[in-house]
Amino acid sequence: MNITEIIIVSLIKIVFVLGITLLTVAYLVYFERKIAAWAQNRIGPNRVGWQGILQPFADVFKLLLKEDIVPEKANRIVHAIAPMIALFVAFTTYAVIPIGPNVNIFGYDISLVVADVNMGVLYVLALTSLGVYAITFAGWSSGSKYSLLGGIRSSAQMISYEISMGFSIGGVLLLAESLRPIDIVNSQAGLWNAIIQPIGFITFVVSAFAETNRLPFDLPEAEPELVGGFHTEYSSMKFAGFFLAEYANMIIASAMIVTLYLGGWHLPFEQSLGLSGSWLTVFQITSFFVKMGAMLFFFIWVRWSIPRFRYDQLMNLGWKVMFPLSLINIIWVAVIIMITN
Amino acid sequence: MNIYDLIFYLFAALTLISAFFVVTNKNIVHSAFYLLFTFFGVAGIYVLLGADFVAIVQLIVYVGGILILLLFGVMLTNKITNVEIKTGTINIFSATIGVGLFAGVLLAAVLYAPWKVTLLQEPVSTTGILGNLLMNEYVLVFELLGIILLIALIGAASIARR
Amino acid sequence: MLEQYIPIFLVITIALIFAVVTVFASKIFGPQRPNKSKISTYESGMQPIGTTNERVSIKYYLVAMLFIIFDLEVIFIYPWAVQFKKLFGELGISVFVSMFIFLVVLELGYLYAYKKGGFKWD
Repeated sequence: MNITEIIIVSLIKIVFVLGITLLTVAYLVYFERKIAAWAQNRIGPNRVGWQGILQPFADVFKLLLKEDIVPEKANRIVHAIAPMIALFVAFTTYAVIPIGPNVNIFGYDISLVVADVNMGVLYVLALTSLGVYAITFAGWSSGSKYSLLGGIRSSAQMISYEISMGFSIGGVLLLAESLRPIDIVNSQAGLWNAIIQPIGFITFVVSAFAETNRLPFDLPEAEPELVGGFHTEYSSMKFAGFFLAEYANMIIASAMIVTLYLGGWHLPFEQSLGLSGSWLTVFQITSFFVKMGAMLFFFIWVRWSIPRFRYDQLMNLGWKVMFPLSLINIIWVAVIIMITN
Repeated sequence: MNIYDLIFYLFAALTLISAFFVVTNKNIVHSAFYLLFTFFGVAGIYVLLGADFVAIVQLIVYVGGILILLLFGVMLTNKITNVEIKTGTINIFSATIGVGLFAGVLLAAVLYAPWKVTLLQEPVSTTGILGNLLMNEYVLVFELLGIILLIALIGAASIARR
Repeated sequence: MLEQYIPIFLVITIALIFAVVTVFASKIFGPQRPNKSKISTYESGMQPIGTTNERVSIKYYLVAMLFIIFDLEVIFIYPWAVQFKKLFGELGISVFVSMFIFLVVLELGYLYAYKKGGFKWD
């Protein structure tokens, strides 16, 4: 393919994936509220459309038509840039996540990933570390003590868990021998990484919860002590930006867990089903989305089941439990490779 | 000029302009913010040079770690965020001569250096090459690096003492 | 190799536009009627207490420093991990041992920081 073709194909993919992500975010919020209602024996949103199915759109329009309040003590420029960074990170990360094997459309061999880069996994890590700035800047620029405390707590939490996340990925790389997400998925065609390295799987999932600031790790917005945390002073679409980014990050985290540990689009015994060519591809893409949906449900389920950690407990868990465990995981995988080879 | 040249000039402009703002801005947090773009631009140039692993490391270590450390440092220090940064002595005359001489030397070096233009073949996987080198030729350097990091770690830990 | 980064460049451009448009959308569609109490700092309707010029705990700075050091450690693990299977075939167990020494040296530092109370929050 020449450069023009690459640009056209990627633009189509980007628009497609962006659309899917935005729609998933909208309905993830809806399902979170529905599941919360179910967990707490309530009804949940049921007014806008059938069973409240149009609720996400009503919410977006409401936020769009709200006044954008900038507090007098805020630093106006940084205050506006912080939600931009959050959105930027949330909508660039999906680029390297593959949703299926290569397909042949109009004679072109097209990979079902926006950008098939060698550094795929590290690209996600680098952008995650950029995401810390959204929260730090939001906390600093608001000019409110709640925001500042929430922001600095959150950034310390995120960098702490980035370490165990990084080490957990090391175990995956040992088996896949590559940083390309597609290679990592293909290395799990037989046996999923979650089965070979359960410790790494657990540390990665826990770190992913902490990175996305979800309960039980949502200390930055611990309501009883910090009001809204880093987004106390945000309103209107700036608030919506943080909100959107949180849910988009949840989707990306689920997709990363599926790609790195749950075999991506591969299922065990998929070849024995006797599906041919394009039907197998459709089946594999469906299996990717089903796994991702299950992970998203797990995220929501945990939120409404487990209470919040205290800040010292959170940092202790990160540095004294998750960090050594993820190191043990690397040694474990290396030893397995040495025994089997 | 092809598309890569265009992207190179974009990243170069981003790096230079943001670096200029880092130096001239009076508010230290704003400087830190512009530094984010400088690092980003440099990472882009690394990618164009075919050093993708270095580009990612640049982002992970500098953007993810060192700039956060800078920001925490600013927040640790009382009332520094609203202080205008000024140096006490401004000696324009000798500064101009010094900078002018240095710029002249640099310019001469750029203009008169016999640049070798060779077409490099594009590396396939820089990470793999790095891994090979670390484990074969530079294994001793690698272990020494561990010790340097250990010293840094001990230094950091002793700060925590009350 | 550079072709694979063109989509990344496009994604970054589009995400940037998307982010800026989203944040400024409410400036266009929403009303702008600020008043004194609306733009004051949040404090449950009372007069705001305290300022943001308070200094934060040194612990956060320590966490950031430890993060940089362990982040560098992770960075050195990746090239090793990617080549491990291949190098193990060529060089045998020494590939494992050299990384093990690297990890043990750093974990000594980790234990030191642990004993010094670097991970203690109260």
